[in-house]
Amino acid sequence: MSAPVWNNKVVKWVDDRLPVFSMLHHSAYEYPTPKNLSYMWNFGSLAGLVLVTMILTGIFLVMNYTPHADMAFDSVERIMRDVNYGWLIRYLHMNGASMFFIAVYIHIFRGLYYGSYKAPREVLWWIGILILLAMMATAFMGYVLPWGQMSFWGATVITNLFSAFPVIGDPLVTWLWGGFSVGNPTLNRFFSLHYLLPFVILGLVVLHVWALHTVRSNNPTGVEIKTPQDSIPFHPYYTIKDLFGMGVFLIIYLYFVFFAPNFFGEPDNYIMANPLSTPAHIVPEWYFLPFYAILRSIDFEFLGMPAKLLGVLAMFAAIIVLFVIPWLDTSKVRSSRFRPVYKWFFVVLIIDCFVLGYCGAKAPSDPFMGLHGLQVITVGQLATLYYFLHFLVVMPVVGKMERPKPLPASISESVLKGGANA
Amino acid sequence: MRKFALTAIAAAFALTAFANTSSKAAEGVVPPAMEWSWQGLFGTYDRAQLQRGFQVFKTVCATCHSMRYLAFRNLEGIGFNEDQIKAIAAEYEVQDGPNDDGEMFTRTAKPSDHFPHPFANDKAAAAANGGATPPDLSLMAKARPHGPDYIHALLTGYEEEAPAGVEMADGKYYNHYFPSHQISMPPPLYGNDVEYTDGTEATVDQEVLDVTAFLNWIAEPELEARKAMGMKVLLFLIVLTAMLYAVKRKIWAKIEH
Repeated sequence: MSAPVWNNKVVKWVDDRLPVFSMLHHSAYEYPTPKNLSYMWNFGSLAGLVLVTMILTGIFLVMNYTPHADMAFDSVERIMRDVNYGWLIRYLHMNGASMFFIAVYIHIFRGLYYGSYKAPREVLWWIGILILLAMMATAFMGYVLPWGQMSFWGATVITNLFSAFPVIGDPLVTWLWGGFSVGNPTLNRFFSLHYLLPFVILGLVVLHVWALHTVRSNNPTGVEIKTPQDSIPFHPYYTIKDLFGMGVFLIIYLYFVFFAPNFFGEPDNYIMANPLSTPAHIVPEWYFLPFYAILRSIDFEFLGMPAKLLGVLAMFAAIIVLFVIPWLDTSKVRSSRFRPVYKWFFVVLIIDCFVLGYCGAKAPSDPFMGLHGLQVITVGQLATLYYFLHFLVVMPVVGKMERPKPLPASISESVLKGGANA
Repeated sequence: MRKFALTAIAAAFALTAFANTSSKAAEGVVPPAMEWSWQGLFGTYDRAQLQRGFQVFKTVCATCHSMRYLAFRNLEGIGFNEDQIKAIAAEYEVQDGPNDDGEMFTRTAKPSDHFPHPFANDKAAAAANGGATPPDLSLMAKARPHGPDYIHALLTGYEEEAPAGVEMADGKYYNHYFPSHQISMPPPLYGNDVEYTDGTEATVDQEVLDVTAFLNWIAEPELEARKAMGMKVLLFLIVLTAMLYAVKRKIWAKIEH
C-alpha cells in the first residue's frame, strides 16, 4: 500500500500539490476488498449509479419545468410532447426513483442479514440511514411536482400528519404549507428542496464511502480481513463485477422506461390537481407503503395520546429503531449464515415488510388477500407488531440464546472450503 | 451467478405482485382486456385507425370534451401531411389578439394552434351538461386504471335499464363500468355517427375501437419512438452485459473465491 509513483510529469506535478490521483489510486484501485463478496454487494454501486442518473435527468427536467400550481402539470406534458426526448428524460427520472429504492432496500437488507451494522461499522450504518431518510424526503417532494391528483392529495395527507403533534401541530402545518392548504407556495418550496436534497444525499454518500473505506467492506462470512490472502484490490476485480451488475440492472430499469413506463405510477396522477375533488383512494408511491401501513395500523388511543399522533410516532420509530440496532443485536457473530435461529427470523422480517406493503396499498376495511373475516387493518397491526418485536425483542434475545455455527478461521479458509456459495 | 439470478427473479416477482396490488387499489369493475395494435414490445399504431378515431373524436366527442394537448400540427403523428393538416385547421376558428386596437378577434386556425375547446370555461361546460364538466380527453388513456380497456368498456357499457333496486339520480345513465355506475354522459355512439372517409362501415363497435385508439395515441404520442428506441437500447445492453460477464469471468479466473 505504498504511495504510487507517477511517471507522467503533469500527473506528478498536480499530485504533488493536490493528491487527487493518489487518492483515487488508493480508494478506487488498491482498496483491499474481501475476495468472497457475493452479488448482494453490488447494490451499493447500483444505488450510486441511479443517484447520478437522477441528478442528471433532474437537471434537464428543471430546464423545462415550471414550478407554479397553474402551470406545473402543463409544463410536464410539454416535456412529454414537445421537448426533444423529453419523454425519455422524464421516464428515466420517474422510474429511476423506483429503481433507487429497489437498490437501496436490497442494500439495506443485505446489511441486516450479514450484520454489516455491527462494530466497527456503526457510523457507516448511521450515514446509510440518513441517506434513506433524505431519499424519502426527496422522493416525496419530487412526487408533488407534476401537480397531479395524487401529488396534491398525497402532499395534503402527509403534511397533515404533522398536525398530530400537540400545541405546535397546526401552526407547524401552516408553516410547512406556506398557507392554509397545500397550494402554490407549497409547490415552490418543495421544488426548491427537491433540488437541494439530492446534493445533500451526494455529500452523505461521500461520507458513507469514506466510512466504508476506513472500516473496510464486510463480507458474507462476517469475518474480518486478517491476512493479505483474504483480500484483492478493488480494481480490476470489483470494478468489472460492478460494471456487469450495472449492465443487468440497466436492462431491468430501461425495460420499464421503454416498455412499461407507468408501471410503478398511479393513473390518478395524470389528472391535474383539483383541490375540490378527492380521489377515492389516496395511495402513496409503492416504496412508502410499508410505512403507510404502520401509520394507519395505530387506530387506538394510548396513555392519553390520540391515535393519529401514535401512528406518526410509530412510523418515524420504524426508521429511528434502525439507528440503535448495533446495540440491540447481542450476537457475537455478524453473518446470519452462521446464525441458524436468527436466519429464520430474518426471513419472517422480509415477509413482514411485504405484508406491510400490501396492507399499505389496500383500504383498512378491505378483506386481506380476499379472505373474508380478516381485515387489512388487523393484519397490518400484527405485521407492525412483528416489525418492532423483531428489532426490540428478537434481536437482543436470540443473540443471547442462539448457539452459532463455528466460524471459519479466515475468509481464505472459507473460500477454500467452497463456502462462498454456501 | 446462480444465486444472483435467483435473487433477481425473486425480487422482480415480488415487486410485480406488489406494484399490481397497489395500482389496483382504486378500481371498480375490471374491464375486459382487449387486443390493441400498440401493445407488446413491437406494438405500433394503425394510422388508418387513428384517422378514423380522430374523425369520431372531432365529430362526436369534441362537441362536449376538450383536448388541451392536441395541436393541429400534432396530427402529423397520425399520418396527415402538411396540406391536410392546414385544411383540417382551416375548419376551425380560434380567438387571437389583442390586435393593435386592443381588440380580441377570431381568425381561421393554423397548424400551430391548439384544438379549440368546446366551451369558454369549466363552468360553462358544466352549465351546458347538467352540472357535470366533461373531462379533458388528452390523457384519459393514462389517467384511468386499465386505460384503453376502460375507455372501450365504458363506451360500450351502457345499459338501458338500471338493475332492479338501483335508484338512478336525475339526468344520469347506467353504465356497468363507471365506478359509481351512474354517469352524466349519455351514450355517445349509436353507429353511423360519422361517415368514414376510408369507407369502413361505422358500426358502434368500430367507432369505439377507433376512438379508443385515437385517445391512446394522444395520451402517448411518443409510444412508437419509445418502443423502437427501447428495442435498440435493450439489444445493445444485452450484448454489452454478456461481454462484461465474459470479461469478469476472465479477470476472476485466477482468483479463488
